[in-house]
Amino acid sequence: MQIFHTDLLCIGAGLAGERVAVEAAMAGFGVTCLSIVPPRRSHSSAAQGGMQAALGNAVMGKGDSPDVHFADTVKGSDWGCDQEVARIFADTAPIVMREMAHWGVPWNRVVAGTHTYYKGGKPFEAEEAADKHGLIHARAFGGTAKWRTCYTADGTGRAVLNTLDTKCLQYGVSIHDRTQAEALIHDGTRCMGAIVRCLKTGQLMAYLARATLIATGGYGRIYRATTNAVICDGGGQIIALDTGLVPMGNMEAVQFHPTGTVPTDILVTEGCRGDGGTLLDVNGYRFMPDYEPDKAELASRDVVSRRMIEHMRKGFGVPSPYGEHLWLDIRHLGERHITTKLREVYDICTNFLGVDPIHQLIPVRPTHHYSMGGVRVDKSGAAYGLSGLFSAGESACWDMHGFNRLGGNSLAETVVAGSYIGKQVVQFLQGTEVDFSSAAIRNAHSKVAERIARIESNGRSGENCFTLRNAMQDVMMEHVGIFRNEADLTAGVEKLQTLLERSANIGLQAPSRGFTPEMSMALRLPGMLKLALCTAYGALMRTESRGAHTREDYPERNDRDWLNRTLAYWAEGETLPTLKYEDASPYFEIPPGDRGYGGGKIIPADLPPEKLTVPGRPAPHTATPEKQ
Amino acid sequence: MSRRLHLEIFRYNPLDPDSVPRMQSFYVNEYDSMTLFIALNLIREEQDPGVQFDFCCRAGICGSCGMVINGRPGLACHTQTRDLPDHIVLHPLPVFKLIGDLSVDTGTWFRNVGKRIEAWVHTDDTAFNPADEESRMENALAEQIFELDRCVECGCCIAACGTARMREDFMGAATINRVARFYIDPRDKRSDDDYYDVIGNDEGVFGCMGLLGCEDVCPKKIPLQDQLGIMRRMLALNSVKGILPKGILDRLRHKGCCHEKH
Ligand SMILES: Cc1cc2nc3c(=O)[nH]c(=O)nc-3n(C[C@H](O)[C@H](O)[C@H](O)COP(=O)(O)OP(=O)(O)OC[C@H]3O[C@@H](n4cnc5c(N)ncnc54)[C@H](O)[C@@H]3O)c2cc1C
Ligand code: SF4
Ligand code: SF4
Ligand code: FES
Repeated sequence: MQIFHTDLLCIGAGLAGERVAVEAAMAGFGVTCLSIVPPRRSHSSAAQGGMQAALGNAVMGKGDSPDVHFADTVKGSDWGCDQEVARIFADTAPIVMREMAHWGVPWNRVVAGTHTYYKGGKPFEAEEAADKHGLIHARAFGGTAKWRTCYTADGTGRAVLNTLDTKCLQYGVSIHDRTQAEALIHDGTRCMGAIVRCLKTGQLMAYLARATLIATGGYGRIYRATTNAVICDGGGQIIALDTGLVPMGNMEAVQFHPTGTVPTDILVTEGCRGDGGTLLDVNGYRFMPDYEPDKAELASRDVVSRRMIEHMRKGFGVPSPYGEHLWLDIRHLGERHITTKLREVYDICTNFLGVDPIHQLIPVRPTHHYSMGGVRVDKSGAAYGLSGLFSAGESACWDMHGFNRLGGNSLAETVVAGSYIGKQVVQFLQGTEVDFSSAAIRNAHSKVAERIARIESNGRSGENCFTLRNAMQDVMMEHVGIFRNEADLTAGVEKLQTLLERSANIGLQAPSRGFTPEMSMALRLPGMLKLALCTAYGALMRTESRGAHTREDYPERNDRDWLNRTLAYWAEGETLPTLKYEDASPYFEIPPGDRGYGGGKIIPADLPPEKLTVPGRPAPHTATPEKQ
Repeated sequence: MSRRLHLEIFRYNPLDPDSVPRMQSFYVNEYDSMTLFIALNLIREEQDPGVQFDFCCRAGICGSCGMVINGRPGLACHTQTRDLPDHIVLHPLPVFKLIGDLSVDTGTWFRNVGKRIEAWVHTDDTAFNPADEESRMENALAEQIFELDRCVECGCCIAACGTARMREDFMGAATINRVARFYIDPRDKRSDDDYYDVIGNDEGVFGCMGLLGCEDVCPKKIPLQDQLGIMRRMLALNSVKGILPKGILDRLRHKGCCHEKH
């Protein structure tokens, strides 16, 4: 077996992985990044909208500050986030955006003078200040008090990822693409790297590292309909969970977006509805006003998604070979509006759906979009349970998103966490030596090698991994979707358990010589089922509604019993995770309250005064809820 | 519209000594708004799980799925089957190293040329002061830089290029476009001489025959010919530097500036 040595092993080379890699490489450490695809193909490249940082340069961002950003983030999280982390995040974001500018990101800039902008589909004029000319501009995004989202046209993820990738080249970060981590090497207390499968040859290799970072992004592929890339299969979360020592945080927190397109689940922007688009059912009937008389299509993302599912369940969905969907109608907005203001939507419809949105309806359905949960780490990015293991980006539950993340906050998280956690990793590397235990390497290797051998020997008589995967994805859509309740979740958990048992007997339909894509899926699937079970079982046990987690049978947000974070551990041989809970936040700089949108009843918590005190900061931050 | 599509796919596994390059036929029923992404995945799930091909974003953004579709390089995920005849022939992109079937190694190729042209902004990183506001830039310039930074490194332009097929060391239109991206970026402190060293040769700008195959196939519609022309003019000017008076050179150079419409 080939063995590689490095100081820092970054599993994943999206924005988060590359940002940590650059930090360590700049400090003089040897860094190797693994990635399933060449780094620039990572899912970060697909993000178009932008990333939040309170620079306050744009006229509509006037008066913005990290304090306002912090407050928006905490409210967005429905008080489920770690406020200490949200504070670090909001304070660091502006610095990191400027640093990215220094490194080469072509951010859009403020142009002094009067401009026409749009709000709620209506134009208005605003004057950009002369003294801000040439500084980084920002656009509007949902859930924010100010225009705060820095952007490069409609390709923010692409621009930032390209720049970070050039920095990796400059600082000599080794990139090993077409590789996939299959198991962590550890001795029960310390992580020493990973066993990695080469996706060109199928061979196993060992990467030994003094520090290991999981930055593998989301795991949206446990759902059938997701905006996530096809490689977002949870590889990083799985290898952490498989240790039995590292917990996943808040796996039940899953964000859906109302308008994913059918069949390819590509996102069309909320702007369609913002500008006056409507949702229609199989009869061409506009149903949203029946459910939400006031806001109709413009209720919040989770509300619209919920209503769409409800309506389809009543039998008003449009049947298609790709499953049921509804229609988005923007025809009345007219050719000019669609080809200018909604150009991206126009391109997506024509290129991918073969639909001309000027004359035709767009097939849409609520689609899985973002995973708030992931590898639970502390504020310095260190994973619980194993020293030397870190995680950053969407793969982690650093937990500034709590139960709902705001648009523009996850892209920002990748680079802010990358920079901040990168510095902690550097400190860790400066003070650590490791004896690599050959027993630990052998253990990890033989586990993976045995699984491969078993799958090969099962051959055609074993289970078909694609059949099982499709079944899992359907269970997740049907039972662990937007609306949740005890009966559905219980049934879902049972079905997933059965699938997990069956997945022990996966075989191969085609022979494997060297690398085959079927083997990749076969290896991944049992782990994906475990992630699915953590999600479903966590949702079953959380008897309240918070952020994106909606229980029909428990509609209140219950701060009294559930102002906490779920930790899911997986003991070997089990078919269910072990759940533990910890406080959502070490203290509340902003005491739990009403978000100001989404509605819903709140069962208040009785928090002791010390929970409402920010360490090192006097009043007025020590207000108690009663006094407010 | 319910055609039965005949997909003929190039099959070869270089790691398998028994494998010989061949074309294999598959048949699938066409659906409404079917893309090649959907068709290929159906084949993998229902007929032959061993077929190798690359997709990632499946939204035309990441550049993974470049392949030769009925003789023309393009992105498979945003190719509608309805725009093709019912007989579809798929080959891997030429020039790049074959991994298997339709899958090629673009990552290594692009990283290697990236190293050759030192594809990063040459600036002083220690000069960054977290307390300062960012250095200013004209928005129009930022937009021009992004226009060139949009390249997804799909490799279609390289695969379509006659020179790239003949010369292994030819850097190709995407790379010259990348140099242009740094050339117009004021944060990059490299001189014209530095750039000349990088692409002023047959492996770079002077190897290009100007036949436009690259621009025709670019799925991102990046104006590759403009960039090639601009870099060529910059280099030509650089080589007569000692001969022409500086005033004239500056005027010419300004004209050759990428920020202007030609
Ligand atoms: C369509 C879409 C649009 C979005 N738009 C926005 C937006 O406008 N603003 C915003 O803030 N957020 C947006 N998001 C969310 C945001 O893009 C992601 O959360 C973020 O990019 C994740 O970055 P990352 O670095 O954590 O992971 P990724 O970019 O997903 O990178 C993961 C890396 O890990 C590698 N990898 C995975 N598994 C393994 C393994 N087992 N072994 C080795 N390597 C592995 C992959 O190859 C890849 O390099 C959007 C998301 C989607 C889906
Ligand atoms: S220039 Fe165009 S065709 Fe060439 S690699 Fe970039 S995106 Fe692809
Ligand atoms: S114009 Fe130049 S780079 Fe483009 S295809 Fe022709 S030879 Fe290649
Ligand atoms: S899969 Fe990303 S461009 Fe086709």
